[in-house]
Order: sequence, then structure tokens, then C-alpha cells
Amino acid sequence: MAKTYVSATINGESSEFLCETQQTLLDVLRDVVGLTGSKEGCASGDCGACSVIMDGRLVCSCLVLGVEAEGKTITTIEGIAQGDHLHPIQQKFLEHAALQCGFCTPGLIVATKALLDENPNPTETEARYWLAGNLCRCTGYDKVIRAVMDVAAEMRGETVG
Amino acid sequence: MSSLSYAAPTSVDDAVKLLAGASGVAKVLSGGTDLLVQLRSGRLKPELIVDTKKIPGIIGIREENGGFVIGAATPGAVVEAHPGLNAAWPGLVEALDLIGSTQVQGRCSLAGNLCNASPAADSVPALFAAGATAVVVGSKGKREVPVEQIPTGPGRTSLAKDEFIVEFRLPPRPARSGDAYLRFIPRTEMDIAVVGCGISVTLDANGVCTAARVALGAVSPTVILVPAAADVLIGHKLDADTLAKLDAAAQAAAKPISDKRGTVEYRTKIAGVLARRTAAIAFDRANGIKNGKAH
Repeated sequence: MAKTYVSATINGESSEFLCETQQTLLDVLRDVVGLTGSKEGCASGDCGACSVIMDGRLVCSCLVLGVEAEGKTITTIEGIAQGDHLHPIQQKFLEHAALQCGFCTPGLIVATKALLDENPNPTETEARYWLAGNLCRCTGYDKVIRAVMDVAAEMRGETVG
Repeated sequence: MSSLSYAAPTSVDDAVKLLAGASGVAKVLSGGTDLLVQLRSGRLKPELIVDTKKIPGIIGIREENGGFVIGAATPGAVVEAHPGLNAAWPGLVEALDLIGSTQVQGRCSLAGNLCNASPAADSVPALFAAGATAVVVGSKGKREVPVEQIPTGPGRTSLAKDEFIVEFRLPPRPARSGDAYLRFIPRTEMDIAVVGCGISVTLDANGVCTAARVALGAVSPTVILVPAAADVLIGHKLDADTLAKLDAAAQAAAKPISDKRGTVEYRTKIAGVLARRTAAIAFDRANGIKNGKAH
């Protein structure tokens, strides 16, 4: 079967790949590009484990065709840390133990990044609704929300220590 | 596996030609939040996907002749961020915003929600209530169709194989107008409507309703307009007697099925309750009472 040539910017680097029409962006990221941080939980847009930021918008990569990535700028969980330094969101997830099995964590961190990019000062209600599309079966969400509210405050320069 | 082709035409003419020329099933791709799920499950086996998002104007919002024009593939997140639409059609904006998660809002569109033709589609009752029209293009040219003529059954539409929607037109908004959409779900977010209700009204200076449109979702094979419910509003204020008649008219129009989300009896009752609550918000908005988000 003929494959389509796709050129996109992934985590700041230009990336070229061949994909079949029915391959989702998640399939491409994991199986073609080799970025396996984005997870496949449901493959139907319900769980958010595959969340990525595409042209500034948070999307489920399982609900985007790989061929649609042509010309797009995409940030995955692999693009969140700055070199060897964890992003403050990642650091706060660790400090608050906002994960247990970790399967949902890449999606939650990418979704939190998108939230704080758009709204650096969310209320707890806004954070909970924003993250409603990221399912977690371990934490009960409270630890996640505490991490999100804490890192938001830290990134606004409001916390000490 | 059969071969699946993809095309992203940059003009309406090219898109129509591709759809008309397909020998098997061809599907139009907007945001893909329903289409990709159906591809994955095997429910749909198209030979061609025509991605419309590179067609100029199909994403975006503009004002024209006193009304708004919304590009068919405009994502929910873009609609939600538009101040003019929020001011004129808060019910429609909230209805579209109820679809799925933040992630889904980055992609889902009015055209996709309408053409997926789910009886429980959240934006559709609000679109019906608004009196919106769909601009449909195809091999025979362009036509403007009332949105209520698009869905014909679950998953089915009146569009021909070579047709698709390029934009929606919302009529000019008279003074003292308001709209609202409510859906009933047993949780607070990320669920499918047990019943949905969209209402748009215009009032005179005394608060008497001069024009109304009422639509119900999830109580029939398609979203339905309920003219009998609109008729009991017109000529009246929203007093107890009018609310009771509205409730009865909504219940009479509801012809639901029993499924895991609710029984026939439950859904019928809820249709009446939701109609009353939705009307109260729409009338408040028409009276200039700001009551924030309905959800």
C-alpha cells in the first residue's frame, strides 16, 4: 500500500515519516518515530493518555490521523523536560506523589502544560474541568490537582521553598 | 486490509470532485473525533477520507449581514473563545463546549456533530433552536438548508455522496433575545445526554415572548424541533401556567427508547423538566439577566 510522506515539527525538531492513512498520530509517534511516552489507553479519545499539543491545542493523538500532522508543530511528553532538567510540572507531580502506576502521567503532564500555557492562574474548578479528559485509576485525582495548583503558583512566582 | 486513501484538497471544487469520483465509501473529515473512533472499531470501512480543513474559510468565524457565519470545521475551542458569539448565542456556545473533553474540544466541530447524526449530539438542539442554516456544496452547486433537514436517522443525513457542509449561518439577533441549552447527565462532565434541550426566544419590551424555537435531543431517532412547545411560549410571559404547558408539550413530543441511560418513562419526564429549566435561562438572558454559564 502506498504510504504518505509527512513532514512535521516534533518537540522542536523537524521530523519526516511515512505513514498509512489509517495510522493515528499516536501510532506514528510510538511505532514510526519511536516516541513511546504517549500511551494508548482507550484508542477512542476517552482517557487522555495519548494527549499531545498540536499547533498550540491539546488533542488526543489517537483522534488525529498521522497524515494530518503534515506541517504541524507537535509537543509530546518527551518535549516537556528541558534537557536533563525536569519541567516544574514533572517535579511537582513527583513531590506530590501525583502518580502511582504512571500510565496516565504523560497525558496529565502534557494536559497540565497546555492548561498553564493558556491560563497560568486556574481555579481548582477550572483545573478539574480542564483535566476531566485525563483518566487516572490510581490517585483519585486529588494529588494530581494539588500538584497542578502548586506548580501553577510556583510558575507564577508565588511560592517559597 | 483494504486500501484507504487520504486527500486534503485546498478548494471546495477539488473536494467535491474527490467525493463524487470515489467508487466506494468516501468520508468527510473535519475534527475526526467521531470518524476516527468509527474507523478504529471497523464500523466504517471507507476507501477515501477527504480532509476539509485545508479549504479556506472552513475554519473560522465572521460576521455577515448582521449575523454570524461559523466555518463547518471550526473547533469547539475556537467557538468558545469568540466574544461576539458568546454574547449573541451563549446557549449554542455552551452546547458545543459540552462535547467531550478539553482534548476533544481542540478538534470537534459543528459539522461533525451534526453529520455524525447522533440523536444525543449536544450542539444540535442548540443549532436547531438558533434557526441556523447549513451551506451545503456538491456537484450540483451550493444550497442553503435549515439544519433540521440534515439528520434523517441515527448516523444518517440528507446529504448526497458528493455533498458536504462548508459553513453555518446564524440569523441576525433581535434585541431582547436569549438562548440556552441544557443536557441531563448523571454526572457533571464527560457524558452523553439522557435528554438535551435547546431553546431560543425573543421577547417584547414587556417580557412577552414574540418568537421561540424549542428543540429536544436524545428522545427520538434524530434531534427534533418541537413547534408545539414553541407555540405555548409565543404570546406569553414565562409564568407557571406557561411553564406547565411547555412541560406538557415537550413530554408529548418525546418519543424516546429505553437504554442504559434511561427508560422511556424517565426520559419523557426529564424532557419536560429540562424544557422548563432551559426556558427559564433563555428568558432570563433575553431579559438581560446575566446568570453566567448554565452548567
